[in-house]
Amino acid sequence: MLTIRNLRSYYGRMQALKGVSLHVKEGEIVALIGVNGAGKTTLLNSIVGLVPSVTGQILFQGFDITHRDPREIIRMGVSLVPEGRELFAPLTVIENLTLGAYQRYRRDEKSRIKSDLDAILGRFPILKERQSQVAGTLSGGEQQMLAIGRSLMSRPRLLLLDEPSMGLAPLVAAQIFQIISQLHRQGTTILLVEQNAGAAFKLSNRIYVIETGRVVLQGTSQELLHNLEVKRAYLGREYKDIRE
Amino acid sequence: MSIWNPRFECMAKDELEQLQLERLQATLNRVYRSVAFYRKLFDQVGLVPEEISSLDELARIPFTSKTTLHQSYPYEMFAVPLREVVRLQCTSGTTGEPVVVGYTRNDLAHWTEVSARVLCAGGVTKDDVVQICFDYSLFGGGLGFHYGAELIGASVIPGSNLDPARQVVIARDYRTTALIATPGFGARFAAAIRKKGLSPADIYLKRGLFTGEPFSEITRQQIEDALNIKATDNYGLSEIAWPGVAAECEKKKGLHIFEDQLVPEIIDPQTEQVLPLGEKGELVLTTITKEAFPLIRYRTGDITALDTSPCECGRSLIRMEKVTGRTDEMVTINGVSFFPSQIEHIFSQIRGVEARSCLVIDRRGDQDIVKVLVEVSEEIFFDEMKKLQDLKSRVEREIYRDLGITVKVTLAEPESFARETEGKRVIDKRERN
Repeated sequence: MLTIRNLRSYYGRMQALKGVSLHVKEGEIVALIGVNGAGKTTLLNSIVGLVPSVTGQILFQGFDITHRDPREIIRMGVSLVPEGRELFAPLTVIENLTLGAYQRYRRDEKSRIKSDLDAILGRFPILKERQSQVAGTLSGGEQQMLAIGRSLMSRPRLLLLDEPSMGLAPLVAAQIFQIISQLHRQGTTILLVEQNAGAAFKLSNRIYVIETGRVVLQGTSQELLHNLEVKRAYLGREYKDIRE
Repeated sequence: MSIWNPRFECMAKDELEQLQLERLQATLNRVYRSVAFYRKLFDQVGLVPEEISSLDELARIPFTSKTTLHQSYPYEMFAVPLREVVRLQCTSGTTGEPVVVGYTRNDLAHWTEVSARVLCAGGVTKDDVVQICFDYSLFGGGLGFHYGAELIGASVIPGSNLDPARQVVIARDYRTTALIATPGFGARFAAAIRKKGLSPADIYLKRGLFTGEPFSEITRQQIEDALNIKATDNYGLSEIAWPGVAAECEKKKGLHIFEDQLVPEIIDPQTEQVLPLGEKGELVLTTITKEAFPLIRYRTGDITALDTSPCECGRSLIRMEKVTGRTDEMVTINGVSFFPSQIEHIFSQIRGVEARSCLVIDRRGDQDIVKVLVEVSEEIFFDEMKKLQDLKSRVEREIYRDLGITVKVTLAEPESFARETEGKRVIDKRERN
């Protein structure tokens, strides 16, 4: 579904990605892990066209989407739940969700947008409860649900999630992971950036480990779980724990 | 006829290329970060790993060879700390210094997987009784096949290095259906059956998988007839995976290389240029899943050619011809590999003088017969016969002790030496293909 070859992304003279190749197949959930500054967010932003200076090739369902306009990429079925949620704080829950379908209004989909909105409020009962509350007053977990819901409003085939558990209490984070796994089961293909490597391992089929803008390891979650370097660096276990 | 892992063995070309590229890039990034040798190698040619943006660009990276591995003995080429290594094997030390090969847990899992693919390609199923007649030792073969056969779920007999006569009894009593051995052992096994007054009908063998020595079509035919089995070839090397680089399927039309684990290239051994597809040359392999002991553009020294035409078995993997020779002078006799120079070394140690030698290898029946011609000065022939005889048998004994092969030594004067050898160091009369 998504195929990336030799992606190099630049912020001015700083090169954040140094020739990354990866792929996500239809129906998969793939996770990117790596320390802060490794280039994970840059990678997601590059896919949806938010990084102006990139070279390489990004194919989505066979079409080259490198250098395309973000609006066009979203219309093709890619949606990003950005790091830090990026909600419109002064707007209500409903307004935020509706804006997620911004691209679809021109196509006279009003009735379908309405039914999607209902479906999302059905999926997240707490959002329904707070539908006229402004986003800025929601709790962290609710905000994350709203951000995911807003992304779903564009009817994505590929959902990009950037650190969805960031800043959430463990119980709330677990709830978010449950939602992600549910979305996956219902057929959404997912590329996930996650600092909580333990959760990433549990959720995903495959994993790419990114280090200073390069992929250094890749494989199934099962394989990488057996890699002691990954265990040490990302799962925070000491040698003696590993031996046990 | 089944395929062990259709997901990888029947992968569409574009999907495979993407996977190879991803794995190759991750491997290059890792070796550059973790192996001083590779970092130096890349720096020498002014290359950073991320510049390799396609499989074709692999050609920009210098080669590694057996010499490289000897120089880095024992652990210099490891890409992970030793504590992450769960198995150490080595290549046969008969070709000079041995090479230590480490495996992480994932490496072992991959090795087991490719071994299962080899066995499955040769027709082994969970219902087979598999008898493995490879030494369960440092050199890999026995253990490699063992784990693969267990993964398939077959009943595995670790026959190891028992002699053919005892292996025959085991095969008959345990009702072995699949034999894993060198071609030479297969022939000796057949001979042992005859010697016991048995016929192939008295044992239950259905198939045999052979590796470790040149395996010509003539040998194959002989083994198939003598044992009444289907015999297939497979290829591996201890530095990478043995078994597990490539395997013949039951169509017998070349050996499928496991490209999801390895990137193969064929080069001209002299010019070191990559040759067009289909041309015969030296096989060069790059591992793309290895964690502990990754090898980049490793020169195998084996001569073969690649073929991408589709195989009836359904595997989409590229195929290599049976190995038809070696680039260097390394010779393999009854499964033991060595260099002619080692024989000269043994001789010169006994005599205290340098001597040139020539190996004449032939195959009689199921055994490799080796004659070693040693060039000696004329005055040695003035010695009494008994002394000459002693010298010859001492050399033969030492060669057997050091290399584990039985040879017949013939001393020759310079003139007749030159006439017989025509300047060659190895005359291999064995049939290859």
